[in-house]
Amino acid sequence: MRIVIVGDGKVGVTLTQRLSSEGHDLVIIDRNPSVLGKSVTQYDVIGILGNGASLKTLQEAEVGKSDLLIAATSADEVNLLCCITARKLGVKRSIARVRNPEYTEQLALLKEDLGLSMTINPDLAAAMEILNLIHFPAAIKRETFARGKAEIIELKLQKDNILCGRYLRELTHLTKCQVLVCAVERGENLEIPSGDFQLRAGDNIYVTGSFRDLASFVQKLNFLDHRIRNVMLIGGSRIAFYLAKILLSEGYRVKILEIDSQQCEKLAADIPDAQIIHGDGTQMDILAAEEIENTDAFVTLTDLDEVNIVLSMFAKRIGVYKVITKINRMEYTDLAAQMEVESIVSPKNIVCNDIVRYIRALDHTSQGSVLALHRLVREKVEALEFSVTPNTHHLETPLKNLKIKSGVLLACIHRRGRIIIPNGSDVLRQGDSVVVVTTADRIFYNLNDIFE
Amino acid sequence: MNYKMIANLIGRILCVEAVFLLPSAGISLYFREYDTIFPILISVLLMAVIGILLMKPKYKADYYPREGFIAVALAWIVISVFGALPFYISGEIPSFLDSVFETISGFTTTGATILKDVEALSKGLLYWRSFTHWLGGMGVLVFVLAIHPTAKGSGQSLYLLRAESPGPEVDKLVPKTGTSAKILYGLYIGMSALQFLLLALGGLPWFDNLTTVFGTAGTGGFGIYADSIASYSSYEQTIITIFMTLFGVNFTVYYLLITGKPKQALRNEELRLYLLIQVVAAGLITADTYHLYPNLRQAMHHAAFQVSSIMTTTGFATVNFDVWPEFSKWILVLLMFVGASAGSTGGGIKVSRILLMIKSALCERRRQLSPRKVSVVRMDGKLVSDDTLRGIWQYMAFYLIITGISVLVLSLENLGFDTTLASVAACLNNIGPGLGASGPIGSFADFSDLSKVVLCADMLLGRLEIIPFMMLFAPSNWGKH
Repeated sequence: MRIVIVGDGKVGVTLTQRLSSEGHDLVIIDRNPSVLGKSVTQYDVIGILGNGASLKTLQEAEVGKSDLLIAATSADEVNLLCCITARKLGVKRSIARVRNPEYTEQLALLKEDLGLSMTINPDLAAAMEILNLIHFPAAIKRETFARGKAEIIELKLQKDNILCGRYLRELTHLTKCQVLVCAVERGENLEIPSGDFQLRAGDNIYVTGSFRDLASFVQKLNFLDHRIRNVMLIGGSRIAFYLAKILLSEGYRVKILEIDSQQCEKLAADIPDAQIIHGDGTQMDILAAEEIENTDAFVTLTDLDEVNIVLSMFAKRIGVYKVITKINRMEYTDLAAQMEVESIVSPKNIVCNDIVRYIRALDHTSQGSVLALHRLVREKVEALEFSVTPNTHHLETPLKNLKIKSGVLLACIHRRGRIIIPNGSDVLRQGDSVVVVTTADRIFYNLNDIFE
Repeated sequence: MNYKMIANLIGRILCVEAVFLLPSAGISLYFREYDTIFPILISVLLMAVIGILLMKPKYKADYYPREGFIAVALAWIVISVFGALPFYISGEIPSFLDSVFETISGFTTTGATILKDVEALSKGLLYWRSFTHWLGGMGVLVFVLAIHPTAKGSGQSLYLLRAESPGPEVDKLVPKTGTSAKILYGLYIGMSALQFLLLALGGLPWFDNLTTVFGTAGTGGFGIYADSIASYSSYEQTIITIFMTLFGVNFTVYYLLITGKPKQALRNEELRLYLLIQVVAAGLITADTYHLYPNLRQAMHHAAFQVSSIMTTTGFATVNFDVWPEFSKWILVLLMFVGASAGSTGGGIKVSRILLMIKSALCERRRQLSPRKVSVVRMDGKLVSDDTLRGIWQYMAFYLIITGISVLVLSLENLGFDTTLASVAACLNNIGPGLGASGPIGSFADFSDLSKVVLCADMLLGRLEIIPFMMLFAPSNWGKH
C-alpha cells in the first residue's frame, strides 16, 4: 500500500519503522529537515520537506495516488486540515491524531464530513490501558480480545508459586481453569511453549482465557491480588485527565501531583472530585507527605521517561502494591524490566498497534481480517485476533489434523460469546474469531497464513 | 565498521559479475575462439567461489553512511580486479596492470584503452570489455539493489544508491530503494533495446551493434575497431549521437515523462542548460572547422557527434579531433570538465554542479553588494539547502587537488602540456580519449606504470565522485571505534 505519514514525531517514527518493515510504500512529510533526514536514511522511505497541511506539499507527495494518509503532527487542527485537504485531493482513507479532550465530543459529529476512517488519541488509549491494569492488578500487562471477552495477561512466577517446576500439560489438572499459557519469557529468551515446557521461578508467563477463568486462575495460584482503592498519579498530563475522569466515575479515589500551578487549577476546574496537589511529584518529602505508602496504585505520567522509571523503582521499594510506568522511548523498556519496573505503558505503541491492525485488515479485507493486534513481551510477541470467514481454509477440521506453522499458537476461539481454549478435537467454524500468538518478526495478514 | 556486511555485499556483487561474464564464453564459442573459452570459465569460477565464500558469514544488517561509502569503493576495486582476470589469464593482455586498467576503464565507462591494436582482441573478450561499460554505466550496486534489496524496510540501501549514482543530490523515484533501482534499470534496458533496434534497421551486424549499444548506453566509448566508429555509416553515427545525448540526461526526466508529467520533466533547469551547451558548442565548432570538410552538413555532423561524445563523456570518435583548430579542441577540453547531467550514466563534474556553483557564487555576490538582503539559491523552483552547496564545494576542492596531483605525476612522461592535461581530464571525467598521444587514434599503452596507476585511481575517483574513496582512505574508519 502507498501510505503518506504527516508528522515525523514519536508516533510518526514508530509507524514508519513498523510499516516499512511490513513492506509498504511510505512517504513522510515533516517541516524539520534534520528529523526527516534521519528517517529517510534509516528506513526505506521517501521524505518530503514542508507543511503537511499545505496543498503544495500534499500534491508533491502525490496524496491522490495514495491509499492512506496518517496525520500525526503535534497539532490537532493541522491534522484535521491535512485530512480535509487530502480528501479533496482524492486520498482513499485517512487517519488523524486528535489529542485535545475539548475536541473528542465533536469528533463523532465530524468524522463523516471530514472523511476520517479513524481517529487516534494516544493519551486516551494509554489511559484505557492503565485502567485495565488497575482493574486487574495481578497482571503486569493485560490485552483484551473478542470485545473484552478474552484476555491475555502477563504474570510473574515468584519462587513460592506452586507452578514452579511443573509442566504446562499439568496446568488444567492443577487449576481446573480453562486457560492457556501462550508465551513464556525467561531472561532474554522467549518461548511459544508446548505441553512439555517446564516452568521455573522468575518466568514471565502470558496466559490467555476468559476474564472469569483468569480471575480464578490468579486466585487459586495465590498470585497476590488486592483490590485497589487509592490511585496516585504523578504529572497532570492529558493521560491523567482522561484516567482520573474514568477512575472517579468508577468510585476510585484519585490524587494527582502536578508541578505547574496553572495546570493544577485547570485540572481542579475540570475534574472537581480529584485531589489536585500542587507540588513536585519527584521529591521524596512531598511524596511522603501525600502518603505514598498508603496508595494502592502509583502511576507515573511525567514527560520524562527517566523520572518515571526512577519514581517507579522508588514506589516499588517502599511497597506500593501496583506501579504503572509510562515510557515513550522503547529502548528503555528492556532495562526497565530488569529494574522490576514491570507494568509499562507506551502511548505511541498502543496507537501504532491500532493503526497497524487497521492497515493489515485493509490489505486483506476479503479473507478473514485482523480484528485486534497486540504486541506483548516488549514488542517481541504478536497476538492477533482474526475472524473466521467462509474463505478460511480447513473449516470444521479437528485441529489435531491440521498442520500449523511452528512457533504459532492458536490461543483461543471465541464462538457466540463463549471462549474456548482449543484442544486437538476443536474445530474452526464460520463466524468464530480466533486469537493467534506468534513472534513479532512473522507477519500474518490473514488466518490462512498460519497453516503450513 | 560492519566488515561482515561489506563482505556479504561484495560477495553478492562478485556472483553477479560471474553471471554476467558467462555470456562472453558463449560468444567465444559462437566465433570458435576455443582458446578464450577456458580462461573465461576459470574467471567465472573464481568469481563465483570467492563470492559465495564471502556471502557465507552471517551478518547483522545495520550500517551507516560510512559503511555504504566504503562498501561501494571496495566493491568497485574488487570487480575491476576480478573483471581483469579473463584478459590476463588468456594472455591477450600480457600485463596484469594493463588488464586492470582496461577493466577499470570499462566499468567506470571511461573508454581509455592501453590496446594498440583493438582488432587483435578475441570477440569474447571484446564483448566483455564493452559489456563492462553497460554494467558500470547504471551501476553494479544499483543492479544488486534492483534484484535483491537488502534488509527489508531499512533505508540503509539508500546509502549505496547515493554513493554510486552521480550528482550533487540523489533521490529515489519512489519510496522503496529496490523499486527505484528496478525502474532505473528498466528505463536503461528499454533505451538500450531501442537503440539496438534502430541500429539494426541501419544494417549494422549484431556483434558490432551490441558492443556499440553497450558503449553508448554506459557512455563508455570502447570501440571494436582501431578508428573507433569512423567506419560506420552516417545514419548509424547520427543514431549514436542522439542516444549518447539521451543517456547523458538525468533518468528522473524519463521517469517523469513516462508517468505523465512532461511539464515537470521539461522544466528541469539542468536539462535545458545541458542541451543549450551542446547546441552552442556544436555551432561554434561547426563554424571553426567548416573549412576542413566538403560541406556544411558534414561539418555539422562531425561537430555534433564529437560534442555529444565528449560532453556525455562517452569518447567515441568519428574523426581525429586532434587535428582540429585549437579553438575547437579547447571547447572539447572544457566540455570534458563540464560532463553530463546528474543521475545519468555520464561522468564529469556534471551540469547541475556547474549550474549550482554559478548560482551560489552569484548569490554570494548579491550578499556582498547589500549585506542585509536575504538571498537564497533555487533550482527547479526549489530551495537548495546549504548542505548540498557545501557538498559541491567539498567535491570541487577534492577534484582540483586530485587534478593537480595527477597532472604533476603525468608530467614526468614529458608528453607536452595538452597531452598531460587532457589525459588526466579524460580519465578523471571518464571520457576516454584525450589529446595528443592519448588522443582518439592514440592509446595509453606507452605510459609508465606509475602514470597508469594514477590514471586508474582517477577513473575510479571520477566514476564514484571522489567521496567514497576519501572515506576508504580515512584511517579513522578502520579498526575499532
